[in-house]
Parts: sequence; structure tokens; C-alpha cells
Amino acid sequence: MSGKSAIFDRGKTSFNFAGKCANDRQRMEYFAQQLINGIVLGSIYGLIAIGYTMVYGIVGMINFAHGDIFMIGGFIALISFLILVSFGLTAIPLILLIVLLVSMAITALYGWTVERIAYRPLRHSFRLAPMLSAIGMSFVLSNYSQVAQGARVKPVPPIITGGYELAERNGFAVQVSNVQIIVVLTTVALLLVFTWLVSRTRLGRDMRACEQDQTMAALLGVDVDRTISMTFVIGAALAAVAGMMYLLYYGLVDFYMGFVAGIKAFTAAVLGGIGSLPGAMLGGLAIGLIETMWSAYFSIEYKDVAAFSILIVVLIFLPTGLLGRPEVEKV
Amino acid sequence: MSEPDKPHARRVLHFAFAFKKAALSAFVSLVLFSLMVGIRTEAGPTGQLIYWTRFDELAGLVAATFVGSLVIELVRQWLGPAGTSQLVPASVQNGIAFAGRLLPPALLIFTLLVPVIFYDQRYILDLAILVLTYVMLGWGLNVVVGLAGLLDLGYVAFYAVGAYSYALLATTFDLSFWVCLPLAGLLASLWGVMLGFPVLRLRGDYLAIVTLAFGEIIRLVIINWQSLTGGPNGIPSIPRPTLFGIPLDNSDDGLAARLGIEFSPTHRIVFLFYLILGLALLTNWVTIRLRRLPIGRAWEALREDEVACRALGINTTTTKLTAFATGAMFGGFAGAFFATRQGFISPESFTFQESALVLAIVVLGGMGSQLGVALAALAMIGGFELFRGLEQYRMLVFGLAMVLLMIWRPRGIIGHRAPTVYLKEAHVISSDLVKEGHG
Amino acid sequence: MSGDRTDRILGVDQLTMRFGGIVAVNELSFDAGRRRITALIGPNGAGKTTVFNCITGFYKPTSGTIRLTHGAAEIALERLNDFRIAKQAKVARTFQNIRLFPGMTALENLMVAQHNMLMRASGLTLLGLIGAPSYRAAEKRAIDLASFWLRRIGLFERADDAAGNLPYGDQRRLEIARAMCTEPALLCLDEPAAGLNARESAALNELLLSIRAEEGTSILLIEHDMSVVMEISDHVVVMDYGVKIAEGTPQQVRDDPKVIAAYLGADEEEAIAVMESDT
Repeated sequence: MSGKSAIFDRGKTSFNFAGKCANDRQRMEYFAQQLINGIVLGSIYGLIAIGYTMVYGIVGMINFAHGDIFMIGGFIALISFLILVSFGLTAIPLILLIVLLVSMAITALYGWTVERIAYRPLRHSFRLAPMLSAIGMSFVLSNYSQVAQGARVKPVPPIITGGYELAERNGFAVQVSNVQIIVVLTTVALLLVFTWLVSRTRLGRDMRACEQDQTMAALLGVDVDRTISMTFVIGAALAAVAGMMYLLYYGLVDFYMGFVAGIKAFTAAVLGGIGSLPGAMLGGLAIGLIETMWSAYFSIEYKDVAAFSILIVVLIFLPTGLLGRPEVEKV
Repeated sequence: MSEPDKPHARRVLHFAFAFKKAALSAFVSLVLFSLMVGIRTEAGPTGQLIYWTRFDELAGLVAATFVGSLVIELVRQWLGPAGTSQLVPASVQNGIAFAGRLLPPALLIFTLLVPVIFYDQRYILDLAILVLTYVMLGWGLNVVVGLAGLLDLGYVAFYAVGAYSYALLATTFDLSFWVCLPLAGLLASLWGVMLGFPVLRLRGDYLAIVTLAFGEIIRLVIINWQSLTGGPNGIPSIPRPTLFGIPLDNSDDGLAARLGIEFSPTHRIVFLFYLILGLALLTNWVTIRLRRLPIGRAWEALREDEVACRALGINTTTTKLTAFATGAMFGGFAGAFFATRQGFISPESFTFQESALVLAIVVLGGMGSQLGVALAALAMIGGFELFRGLEQYRMLVFGLAMVLLMIWRPRGIIGHRAPTVYLKEAHVISSDLVKEGHG
Repeated sequence: MSGDRTDRILGVDQLTMRFGGIVAVNELSFDAGRRRITALIGPNGAGKTTVFNCITGFYKPTSGTIRLTHGAAEIALERLNDFRIAKQAKVARTFQNIRLFPGMTALENLMVAQHNMLMRASGLTLLGLIGAPSYRAAEKRAIDLASFWLRRIGLFERADDAAGNLPYGDQRRLEIARAMCTEPALLCLDEPAAGLNARESAALNELLLSIRAEEGTSILLIEHDMSVVMEISDHVVVMDYGVKIAEGTPQQVRDDPKVIAAYLGADEEEAIAVMESDT
């Protein structure tokens, strides 16, 4: 399991032509390029982090299996993509749309099933029991995909190619690839839909009610079970999108990727203030940028150490994260 | 639905309902497994991904889900509305409580005799050493999680610190195991305090993620600080422990030669067995003693209500730090033992999975219960070995077992708490009253 | 102001506590007499518990001073933080919503209260670990003190029962006994009679009076139950909207029109209780 976190660096080189010469690093262009890369990575983290934060907000548990749901999403995107291509479909936008919908639907069902099997029986139990159950479920999911799809990394050829050159000076170009544009645009679009869902719809109202007080919500006619299930379904669907974006961006999936991505995304959720939706996105971006910048300017080996250390430092000064509500001690 | 208060009505089975439910489960499993099991992908010879279908397996899984769901639903109806909680009758639970009193001495005597009974079975001895290592780790983490109620998801960090401390001290300065052991414990507890400081103000899941991050930081530093730790390659040829200076090998001044008996590699295994048993029993003894001392009571009080502790003049900062330091010290001892037993360590042994496993042992054992932790370690590690034949399915079964065990006994095998002091008679305290702590 | 400086145990001066824009307590000043029972009353939301939390170190006051007098020494409570107030200034408190250690026995609850004494006796655990006789003697004294208080609150027979299993009224008394086991100079009680029936309430009165008489402990209490306040208080301070509106003997306060108005404005039932509570 060691050293696997390096998978997050692979494949990126195809879009980032920045040579790491010492003088390159001092350039504005180099910084701009890293900024773009960081935002893209942060978007993926943010999408996963939303799932953590939603579940935490409503049932107050760390859904350790969420990272593996993201991994399953990546696999399903990969498999459905392969099938569509082998059926002779060539229109890339159509393929992407179908892959997106299929992976969201099936992964959402995984989220639903995990909640139904492993968490619902423990809903009113002691706090550590659902957490351990979630860790168990995480082992189950990652091992399941190892058994079902094999342990080897699954590469795919670049599906979306090309990009734009934003600026060029003295042979150094700031580039943004089409994949990066798609990742960021999809994230923004989903966030808008999701914000609308939570703030404007009946389901969103029910979710917020359950977050405040489940008993009261139930008394007022909110179907708590259904609302919680829907939270897991939505979280899993967003994780599936993240999985698909990961596949497009890095061009590979493997059964182990859920662990590292999950921990990073959870770190992002906590950094932003767990329970807060804008916080999750902000935390995702922060972790993405910290990692990218650290790799670019200091050392690629210690990028995760940097991300985790900054988390610890932030929490020392802001014990409930960047956007978390400060906990008022009731005496 | 059957009437709960009429026994004869319980036996009425609603086949149609069960059938419908099973059909629904089968459909769900069909969708779940369709792509993941029905299609198998692999990188082909040219590096291009290829796929083939496995509809037989898919059909088998869906059918199994249908049958399984049908059986579970019918059993549930047959047992009545109380469902799964009745699967464990009160008499069995009382039996467990009663056996609890006889079990520790019996278990201890049996453990002491393991090398005698299984002298020729190297595999069992190795397994016993492994189980005892986890018993010790579980008891160490129990101080932090079970007693003080502070959730620690990075316990493996202290295990690693202990192991690397021993390995580095022994290989660099040529110090003996018995000098390094206390040093390893000391260094680990120092790291425990270092982790403790930043997390003092944190609660609940913030504490969980910071301890997890801490564990990962330690592991990543070990991987990347190659000049010191050897990086992913680890540290080879760590000195084996000696019996107070007498090596356990077939050299001229080895134990066998000195005693005038024939050398056997089993001697060292038996020695290691008693070494870890001694360390584990030391952990147990210290923990039991500490529980009855003011510091241990303060830990438990902290778990119950931190605000009340402060109102009583208890310094919660030092109380938390001592809990972290004590737990970490035991982890460090276990780590030093691990290093000397393996003779080789690498970062692969100190992953989050280890932390999760030890935490599972503590929670499954029943937080705070020493006996429960020992039984849980035996069940988890022993059970894991039983599934060795399943090979690649092992972690799958292990994870499922974790989920089912949590659903079956969320408060662990031994959920009740024994008081640390009594006037007339010690009554066990039901787990419903005992708090889990905020951390 | 009641009594001169030598006679007071607690002097609160110009205490102000703000939460963001809300002023919970505004320039409040009052004294609590040594060996006296001082009651802090007022309608819901008047800021009484906030005052308590400032005194016992759970909140840091925005401004103002809180002085505790120990003989000749004066301790500035607003400068001490959380556990030091109980440990060094010897101020103990109970909570509005009982905060016992529910999973520990009644006896264990009282042992935890003697933590600091026992920690010293156990040589910061080391002497205790090896079972030194001096520690054993200290532990025995601690058990004796706990037993003494268990007898006093009538819970000796239930010493080995989990605190969380005790009836509500017993839990209230156990919490007071636990605070007393820290051997405090000032005992702060946050609504000790809340949820008690008339008989339990009377027993509580007796307990508090005997604590004052036999232990010589000064008591500061917040209470809604006027039968408790009027019967046992030596001095009453009335708060409304974060400011003091009246103080004096129970008799004086009861007849004060401002007090009646405050209660009438807030809660008719409580106002009637103030007016009707004779003796």
C-alpha cells in the first residue's frame, strides 16, 4: 500500500509541459500553470469531499467507504466507456454523456446499498460502531473491485485531447487542456445544480431538517430514512462524477485509488469545516492547490505530508475548520 | 405482519412479501454487479484495454442474492418482529458474562502452555506470537480509546516509531534489545505527547482525522527519508533479541551450547513467544493498576464528561496527554518487539489498515474491557488466518465480518464496565450508561 | 452591598459579558458573604448562568473583576482558567443539567472529585503504581470522605450503583456531594432544585443549610424554586436582562416592585410564585 499515493501524479505530465528548471520556477507563467493544475485537482477532491460533508452533516458519521465509492465510480465509467467504444460509438460528447449518466446511476445505487446494509442498522447506536462498520465496508469495496477486476492498473488512452495555450513567453507556455476545462466546468455545473437542490427543493429542505433534528423532522412528516438514503445516493453520484473526471484526467483507475483520494477528500472536508458544503469545495481547492504547489516548488515526495501538516496547523487555530460553525460549549 | 404478543401467530410466514423483497434485492444486485462482475477488463498484450463478459458469474451472484434474501427474510419473520436482537438470547449473553469470570485465568494458563503443547508446530507458534502482538497493541490503544475516550486513527504511528527506534538504535549503535526497548517506548510516548498537543482542543471527528493524518505523515516521512530509514526498502538485518546477552543461535556461546542441549530454531520462537507474552501482560498489569489510580479514574471521567472534569479541578490537558503518552509507549514496545521478531521492517507494515485493525479490535472487544480486547484480537487475527485459504477473498470476508460484528454487537463482546473501587460489592455497569467519549 | 470586605468571600465588580453583539451580562456588581447562602434569581434569560460560567471559569468575562477572598489573600478569578478555579481557588460548581459521570458508580464519582489530592498522594502515579503505603492511606481517607458524603445525602446503600442509574433527585444530591468532595470554599449551585418534588426540595434545603452550618462553606445559587430561595437564602440578588435590578434579604426583594414587574413581564406564574412565597 505504500507509495501508491504517487498515482495522483501519473499522467499529468501529458498536459503539463513545464520543465522543472530552477529558473522556470521563478516565472509567473510557471505559477499560473500550477494554479490551473491545482484547481483541476482541487475540483476532483471537492466533488468527493461534498459526499463526506453531506453524510457527516446528516448522520454525523465519517463515511470511510466514500473514497471507495469514488473508486467504483471510476471503474464503472471505465467499463461503460469500453463497451460503448466497442459497440462502435464514435461521437465523443455522446459517449461522455452516457458514461456520466451510467456511472452516476450505478454508483448511486452502491451508495444506497452501503447505507442500507452497513449503516442503517447502526443509526442510533454508539458513535464508533458505524465508523468501524464503514471501515469494514471500505475494505469490502476495494477488495471487491480487486477480485472482480484484478489488481493491475487499468490504463485508458486519452479520450479528450487538445487544449489551449493561454500565454507564451520565452518558450514557456501556460496551457489549459480540454480535459481540464471539462473537469472544472462539470464541477461548477454540478455545484450549481446541487446548491439549487439543497436550497430550493423539498428534498433539500428535508435534508436540512434532518440535519437539525431527526426526531422533530420525523414528527413533522419528513421521511427520515428516505432522506438519509437520498443523501448517500447524491453523495455517491457526485463521487461517481469525480471518479469519471479522474479517469479522464489521469487516464487510469485501480482498485486502490479510493483510499488515498478518500483520505485527501476527507481532509478537504475537515479543512473546510465538516458539515459545510461551500467549505467542502473550498477545502478541496485548498488541498489541491497545496499539493500542486508543494510538488512544483518544494518536493513531490512530501506533498502529502504538506497537505496533512497544513490540515493540522489550520485545525490548531480554527478547531472547526475554515468555514465550520464554531462549537459553542454549552455548560 | 405477525402479532408480537401471540406466540402462535409468529409462525405465519408471508411468502409473497418475502418473495417480493428477494426479487427486489436480486434486481438491485443485478444492477450493482452488471458492469463490475459481468464485464472483466484487463490490459491486453499491447497495453490496450480489452474486456470479456462473465455472465455466468453475474447470474450466480444474482441468484445467490435472491435465495439469501429470501432465507433471511423468512428467518426474520419466523423469529418475530424483534428480529436480529433475538438471535442472541439473554441466556447466552448472561453466559458470556459468567464465563467472563472464569475465562481470564483459564486463558492465561492455556497461553502459558501454548509453546509446550504446540512445540513442534511452528505455524501455530508464529500465529500465537502474532495474536499476542495484536493483543498488546489492542491493550495499548485501549488506554486512549477505551479509557480516555479519545479516538485515535493513527495508532500505527507509534508502533512504527517503536519499530524504527529499535531498528535504528540497534543497527547504528549496536545497543542490545533490552536497552533499546525502554528507549523505543520512551520515544514513542514522546511522539504521543507531540501528537497530543495540537489535538487537545479538537473534538470528535476532527480528532479522528488529525490522528489519521499524523499516522500518514509518519509513514510518508519514513518512506521518503531514505538516508535514515532506507525508504520503501526498509531496514534489513535487525539484531535478534538475546536472553540477557546470550544469543539464541547455534554459535559456540549460544544458549543451546551453554546449556549443553542440541540447538533448534524453535528455541528462539519459544523465547519470542514468552517475550511478547511478558510484554503484553506487563501492559495489562499496568493498565489495570492505572485504572484504579487517580490518573486512570480521571481518564474514564474525561470519557464520561470533560466539562465536569474541569469543574472538579482536573487538568484535562495533562490527563489527555498522559493517556496519549501511555498508549503510545505500549505501541512503541510492541513496535520494538515487532522489529526484533521480523529482523526486517519496512513502511508497508505500518499502514492505515493496521490502525483500523487495532481500533476494530478495541471496539469489538468492548471499549475499556481488557478481556474483551484479548478475545477480539484472537478472533480477528485467528479468524483472518482461518480465511487464508480464501486468498484474494480474504479482505472481502474480513471487511464483511467487521460490518456484521458491529451490527451484531455495537458495544463489543464485553460491553459492560467494572467499577474501579467499591464499598460492598462491585456491580458491573451496563454499557448503555457508559459514555464513548467525545474524541 | 452586604457586609464589609473581610466578611465577603466573593466580590463581583462591573462584570460584563458580551457574545458578539449580545450583552448577556452588563456591569453587574454584587458580593457573596462568607458562610452565607447568596441566591441569584431572575427570569429566564436574565444572564444568571452566564454569571456562573464567568465565576467558574467556563467563560472569560469581557470586562470586570471577580475576586475571591481566602483569609488575607485575594484571588482574581477572571484571570484563572477552567480547572484552576476549582483546583487553586477552591470554587466548586454543579450544573443546571446534571453532569455526573453516568457510567461510573456513585463512589467513583466522589473519588474523581478528590483527584488532585490523590494525584499528589500517588506521587503523580508512580508511588501508586508500586502500591506505596502512603498512597494506600490516602486512598482510604478518600474513600472515607466519599462514604461520609454518601451517608450525608442518604446514598450510602447505593454507593456501588452507576450514577446514571440513580433516580433524578439522587443524582442532584450526588452532584452536590461530588462538588463538596473537592472541599470547596465557595459552592456554586446552578438550579439545584430543578425537577425536584416538594419533599426532595425540602431535603435539599436541609442539606444546603447543614453544609453551611457544619462545613462552613459559602454557597452561591441560581434558583427558580422560590420556596428554596426564600427559605434558605441570606441574601438575594435579582437580575433581569443582564443587569442587577434589586438585592437584599429575601423579604426586601419579595416586596420590591421592580422585581415583581420583572417577573410579571417575563412569566406570570413565576411572578405569582414570588409574591405568594411566604416565609
